[in-house]
Amino acid sequence: MATVPLKVNRIGLEPQLYKGGKTTLCAGCGHNSISERIIEAFYEMGVDPQQVVKLSGIGCSSKSPAYFLGSSHGFNAVHGRMPSVGTGAMLANQKLIAIGVSGDGDTGAIGIGQFVHLMRRNLPIIYIIEDNGCYGLTKGQFSPTADLGSTLKNGVVNDLQPIDTCALAIQLGATFVARSFSGDKKQLLNLLKAALSHRGTVMLDVISPCVTFNDHEGSTKSYAYVKDHDDPLEEVSFVPFFEDITVEYEPGSVQEVKMHDGSRLLLKKLDEAYDPTDKIQAMRTLHETSRRGEFATGIIYIEPDRDDFLKQLNVVDEPLASLPLDRTRPPQAALDEIMESLR
Amino acid sequence: MSPIDVAPQEKTTPLSATRVVNDFSIQVATVNGSGSQTANLVLLRSILLMGVPVSGKNMFPSNIAGLPTWYTIRASKRGYVGRKKEVDFLVAMNPETAKEDVMTLEPGAAVVYDEPLKLNELRSDLTFYPAPFDKLVAAVCPDAKLRRLVRNMIYDGILAKLLDIDLAYMEQALSRQLGKKAKAITLNAAALKAGFDYAETTFTKQDPFHVEKMNATAGKILIEGNAAAAIGCMMAGVTVVAWYPITPSSSLCESLIGYMRKYRIDKETGKATFAIVQAEDEIASLGMVIGAGWAGARAMTATAGPGISLMSEFAGLGYYAETPAVIFDVQRVGPSTGLPTRTAQGDLLSTAFLSHGDTKHILLIPHSVEESYELAMVAFDLAERFQTPIFVMMDLDLGMNNWMSDGFKYPTKPLDRGKRLTPEILAKLGEWGRYKDVDGDGIPYRTVPGDGMPAFFTRGSGHNPKAQYSERPDDYVNNVDRLSRKFETARTHVPRPIVDTDKDARIGIIGYGTSHWAITESRDQLREETNVKTSYLRVRAYPFTEDLVKFIDAHDRIYVVEQNRDAQLAMLMKLELSPERCAKLRNVLHYSGLPIDARSVSDDILAQEGFEVTKRFTPASASSMTGGE
Repeated sequence: MATVPLKVNRIGLEPQLYKGGKTTLCAGCGHNSISERIIEAFYEMGVDPQQVVKLSGIGCSSKSPAYFLGSSHGFNAVHGRMPSVGTGAMLANQKLIAIGVSGDGDTGAIGIGQFVHLMRRNLPIIYIIEDNGCYGLTKGQFSPTADLGSTLKNGVVNDLQPIDTCALAIQLGATFVARSFSGDKKQLLNLLKAALSHRGTVMLDVISPCVTFNDHEGSTKSYAYVKDHDDPLEEVSFVPFFEDITVEYEPGSVQEVKMHDGSRLLLKKLDEAYDPTDKIQAMRTLHETSRRGEFATGIIYIEPDRDDFLKQLNVVDEPLASLPLDRTRPPQAALDEIMESLR
Repeated sequence: MSPIDVAPQEKTTPLSATRVVNDFSIQVATVNGSGSQTANLVLLRSILLMGVPVSGKNMFPSNIAGLPTWYTIRASKRGYVGRKKEVDFLVAMNPETAKEDVMTLEPGAAVVYDEPLKLNELRSDLTFYPAPFDKLVAAVCPDAKLRRLVRNMIYDGILAKLLDIDLAYMEQALSRQLGKKAKAITLNAAALKAGFDYAETTFTKQDPFHVEKMNATAGKILIEGNAAAAIGCMMAGVTVVAWYPITPSSSLCESLIGYMRKYRIDKETGKATFAIVQAEDEIASLGMVIGAGWAGARAMTATAGPGISLMSEFAGLGYYAETPAVIFDVQRVGPSTGLPTRTAQGDLLSTAFLSHGDTKHILLIPHSVEESYELAMVAFDLAERFQTPIFVMMDLDLGMNNWMSDGFKYPTKPLDRGKRLTPEILAKLGEWGRYKDVDGDGIPYRTVPGDGMPAFFTRGSGHNPKAQYSERPDDYVNNVDRLSRKFETARTHVPRPIVDTDKDARIGIIGYGTSHWAITESRDQLREETNVKTSYLRVRAYPFTEDLVKFIDAHDRIYVVEQNRDAQLAMLMKLELSPERCAKLRNVLHYSGLPIDARSVSDDILAQEGFEVTKRFTPASASSMTGGE
């Protein structure tokens, strides 16, 4: 009798291994959609969960790593300081695949210092901001990404300038900067797959409405508002290195970006010509869309070839954490030489 | 006025009748940034080369150039290397402090000074040796721009003559100091000679101080505690280092960078077997160390008190998430613009309980450069054995000053990488829980990312033995009680105190860290000068071992010697001692920012023992140092 073959991915693993615990976030929370896309992307790309480390800070967003990739190691760090923990883990073992999940408060307020320096280093990590413009876990206070004029449920108006994490990341040297919307399944999935093919820092700001504290009229991070003001820069398609697919397109209509692992990112141009390898155009576009009250989404800036942090540090190829003693303790002759120099 | 006219004064006490050999201190007062370090180190090393035990202490301002700085060199035939309270020989090169420096000397001291300062007019009970430094340096250094750099070498030459230090040793020390810089060696050697010749033709020796050849320094090295700790870290196989510059700890990581670049580059690939990152602050430094320790690396950081304060939250996370980390705290005085370049033992209490909630940490406390090297290795073993942050409590005096030591021994013990889950252990256990105490010692088995063993989700305190999220009261209580059990296990694993018992002693002294050097000298003073016998216990770690109680029980009165205001070690001890034992404790506290000295310890103990103690001179001008903002 024939048994129904189990569904597995390219490395022979079942979807179950990519799932996590049951979410404790509010029903309809944008963060849950992001967790689902992460599960799909890691499964479809055939990433070994044993090699993945999930990192987060504190907040609703930072709880979410418990809800995906349950067979991977996770570290819920302290508020705003996940970048340093992720940096340490990657220095210890550069074979790991790091995914960090943060929020707009965890990144833009308490964690802005570590965020800034993470972007400068080009550490191999996928850094996701689940961005809802408010503090959910402490019941709805404004966060630093709340837009000018956006209101709280109780009518309080934000009159402070928002931090545009994408513009900041580009200015600081991040090599893969994208923005998406938790409701745009296709775009987000392709961006996550592309992120897995990038060697360096991926900064992915995902607008992810808070259904409990920031989904009302007057909020610029509500589902309705974001849906109406989402301005995709391009149509994002992704061809992984392990799929031999030829895509037909009109010359000049698609920009192809070759990723670090051989995958291809295909960016179909929409209304106007947008080149995400042009830093200046990227910055201008972010400012222009923001002035119009819109969100530019898609790949905003990409630089696939820059050396990552470990390469800059010229670290050996093997994980530092498991180097044997004979490679980490210099011989007696070295100590003798040092002692002699001090006599 | 020619130099001969002013030196020496007739009224000078004729002390030269009694020769004081190999037992005095020299203080060199200069301006920060004037290049005196080379001259001071050459002087220090030349005495060492004469076979005489010697130590050097730098008392410097928080400043790059312009403020006063003092360097003290102590020669001691009995091997005392703590700070000597009295200055016997002053080299006054700083116009700003010269008068005060001279006024605070004890009668009978000698002064070499820059002639225009006219210090001889100030007192008649000292020996003065004026020298025209500008004139002397101009003669040997035609390039005016370089004169500032070699000017200080003149006083080395003068001292060589006055103290009978063989010029050949000075030249040897100079080559050692300047390495392959041939031109610099020639210039400095000329200045040295000029000073020597000037002293030879001009001065009549009036003071009693002499250096005589001994044979007490064969094979000895001279090293700063920070460099010693760095060597220990390298030998411990450290692979990840994250740090943020802060006095007085920066030179620990900087030395480490130097050593690692030399000895830890893979020969075949030319790549580094380490990663060292200068982080954005101390919070990130410890975050990186905890991330690296969590992922299985031997990781460390070094900082000072302000950095320790910033690390507080992460230290607690490390304790609860049970992540190995090694943190060096090179202690100094107080926050912000205070006395960042002065020594203290002021972080003991706050570090022992660093963070919020119920948290207590293992502390290691080295007293010497050799122990800094050895305890660095112990720290990494304990961090992995106990899966927790380990703090190595050094201080500025140890970390940044030059100490004489025997050469360090190559480690022979294998590394202790702690309890890591392997397929074999998993098979034996049957079921694994990250925070499950299977051996009864409070220490669970851990896995690290990428090791092929079961994964877990790391959080703070809210978890059950299987590392699952839990806010259940029993899970919380069980977990913190297990952590206490782990801390109790540590009591039997940390380095035990070093005890020296005098069977006739009713008095016990307890001390730690660099206070050791003042304490051992003070014990000799107490015994020889007043026939007061003492026993001594030097604490090397927290939690305390059972030796502490035994020692207290064996004595009537216990003097706890510390370099802080609040008697922090005594407080820590009182938390676990019975009221009867607590009642035996008395405090000897020293917290001026200067390293503790034996005389102060002796005087304090004698006063508390009911002896009449003569009021002495206040410490040399260093005690009242002021500087511009």
